[in-house]
Amino acid sequence: MVAPSAILIGIFVYGFIAWSLRVSMSDWQGLIPSYNFTGLDNFAHLLFNDRRFRVDIRNTAVFSVAFLGGATTLGLLLAIMLDRKLPAETFFRNVFLFPMAVSFIVTGVAWRWLMNPALGVRVSGLNLLFERLGLDFLINQWHMTSPPWGMAFVAIPALWQMSGFAMAIFLAGMRSIPEELREAARVDGASELQVYRRVILPLLRPAALSVVIILGHISLKIFDLIIALSGRQLALDVPAIYMWTTTFDANNFNRGAAIGILLLLSVAVLVVPYLWYARRQEAEL
Amino acid sequence: MKTLRMLAVAVSLLLLAGACGQPDEIEPVEPPEDAPALDDPEAAEYDVFEAPAEEEAVEVFTWWTAGGEAEGLEAMVEVFADRYPEYTFVNAAVAGGAGTAARAVLASRLAAEDPPSSWQGHAGQELIGTYVVAGQLEPLNFLFEEEGWLEVFPDAIIPQISHEGNIYSVPVNIHRANILWYLPEQLDEFGVDVPTTWDEFFTVADELEAQGVIPLALGEQWTLMHLFETVLLGTMDVSTYDGLWDGSTDWGGPEVAEAIEVLDRVLDYTNPDAPTLSWDQATQLVIDGEAAFNIMGDWAAGYFGAQGLEPSAGGYGWAPVPGTDGVFQWLSDSFALPVNAHNREGAIAWLRVAGSREGQDAFNPIKGSIPARMDGDRSLYDDYLLSAMDDWESDELAGSLAHGTVASDAFKAEIDTALGLFLADRDGDTLQDELVNACEAAGPCE
Repeated sequence: MVAPSAILIGIFVYGFIAWSLRVSMSDWQGLIPSYNFTGLDNFAHLLFNDRRFRVDIRNTAVFSVAFLGGATTLGLLLAIMLDRKLPAETFFRNVFLFPMAVSFIVTGVAWRWLMNPALGVRVSGLNLLFERLGLDFLINQWHMTSPPWGMAFVAIPALWQMSGFAMAIFLAGMRSIPEELREAARVDGASELQVYRRVILPLLRPAALSVVIILGHISLKIFDLIIALSGRQLALDVPAIYMWTTTFDANNFNRGAAIGILLLLSVAVLVVPYLWYARRQEAEL
Repeated sequence: MKTLRMLAVAVSLLLLAGACGQPDEIEPVEPPEDAPALDDPEAAEYDVFEAPAEEEAVEVFTWWTAGGEAEGLEAMVEVFADRYPEYTFVNAAVAGGAGTAARAVLASRLAAEDPPSSWQGHAGQELIGTYVVAGQLEPLNFLFEEEGWLEVFPDAIIPQISHEGNIYSVPVNIHRANILWYLPEQLDEFGVDVPTTWDEFFTVADELEAQGVIPLALGEQWTLMHLFETVLLGTMDVSTYDGLWDGSTDWGGPEVAEAIEVLDRVLDYTNPDAPTLSWDQATQLVIDGEAAFNIMGDWAAGYFGAQGLEPSAGGYGWAPVPGTDGVFQWLSDSFALPVNAHNREGAIAWLRVAGSREGQDAFNPIKGSIPARMDGDRSLYDDYLLSAMDDWESDELAGSLAHGTVASDAFKAEIDTALGLFLADRDGDTLQDELVNACEAAGPCE
């Protein structure tokens, strides 16, 4: 029964990966495909000669740190809150999880209004709220803050959307920890804080790993959120946007394919060790 | 179990056949899943009509889907329907991003050897550098001779739409890029005059800044390239400017250095939130009285009109960008004839209408542009467009960079990247080095 799907995946996933790899090592620029072999030239250009790609790597790094750090912290805090058996737990769990059902495009458009950086009489969005509340010191340029820190603000909408997901994973992890372990710690005289620090958190390591892997590959491939939030501007450029513009605006198909392969490799570096680790865990059980 | 397996194999084979087979009739174009430029007025709606299967269908591919431009196209289609009732016009418009989304769809159709009958493209290097060099377009010299178009289009634009002696597209309209927009009443209030040189601009800008007015409203990144092309033209003469695009002017030379210096100074007088504004939001700053001037192509006239302002003393005013008096920096939408065009005769009929006086006079007053022909019916156009028509006949002509006339897509993309990086670090020497590299990598300096 697996043969047909294996064939389809073989062609439409692995076949196209192989084709992209071939294009990434060619001189195909312009509408006519050209497959003269150029070795690793395109990769060398991107990694060593291309200022724009360097900006992209820096932006992705800033975004990933802010997004992963923020999502794990917020997700963990929310999960601990819900773990305390709040009265309306199901309600809050859904409220925190719902933003995930929205597409990044919608999130981007909504936050484009909220994080409007205009000042003076045209102030609007959150800045206007801060002004009305007398919290002028909070008024800022948001994602238009000078690079690379503007990229950290781009993580805010992403956090709004994905923290609930991190919360769900952590909460599931907490619920799978046997109640006896907590009881035992309490009997030994541990405070609630110590129960979380010494018992719960160490046991959440697999859940944290899942969160980092899943959100990590989203942050490496981020595209739609940034386009919806800010259009195309180099200050907030990332590899996926560069891939799109160089392929379809400039017809540099070889460079676009090379960026695609680099993206694939960066995600693989993150995911493959995880799959290997998960396999070993399964084998141990 | 066995039947199930057979079924699955059959289904997957069908899927494969479907994926590999060539569509042999015209299909409506699917909208791209991620239509990016949300701030673009053209992205507002997506329009596609069902394609009739008969041979008489003429399928024309455009990115005219919003406001005046879609209505202008409809008016031209009416002329087509009157003149050639044997053909059915099929509108294969793809919305979004001034054609960015449309070009991606077009590229995939050309790769599948399923070109539409005709498509819209900016006249000049945007069509030539991408499609002509790829052998995708037919020369149209025969059509220009049959219709007598060589007499009615300005001589200066023919070389710009030609490659190796062949003409490749029919210009429908002309827009002017180098315009400085303002409100005359407002300038009186601020007590400043319209600057005619960049030095005058800097004096005026200091006075405006002292009053808390933004001297020049700027928008997102492509409007920066638009500003840069007018600054280039304003700091050198037309033949030097033309030389940038054929390799005879050195990008590393003093003329470009001066232009970069002016651009750097001008940027200090623009609004800090520029990258988040679309071009029309930047123009709106002038209407709201927060900014004094805006440099934008003359589609801005349509925007002023839509905001209830007339081209008059109490409404909006315009002047050539400082340093470009007597020069008309132009761009043009045009239609081309693909090799292996679907219904070639019908496509040629469409091109005849697109180049005709009647077709251009139907389209342009609604779209808010002037006809590329010099014999348009002047009673149909408003005061701004009439002044543009006069200048189109009398001024020196120079092509636009940001709108595809003088540089290929690849060259333009490299320049765009260099300008974007400049915006972040404001390092003029690096910008000039990058422009030299861009010209060598993708431009005429190879």
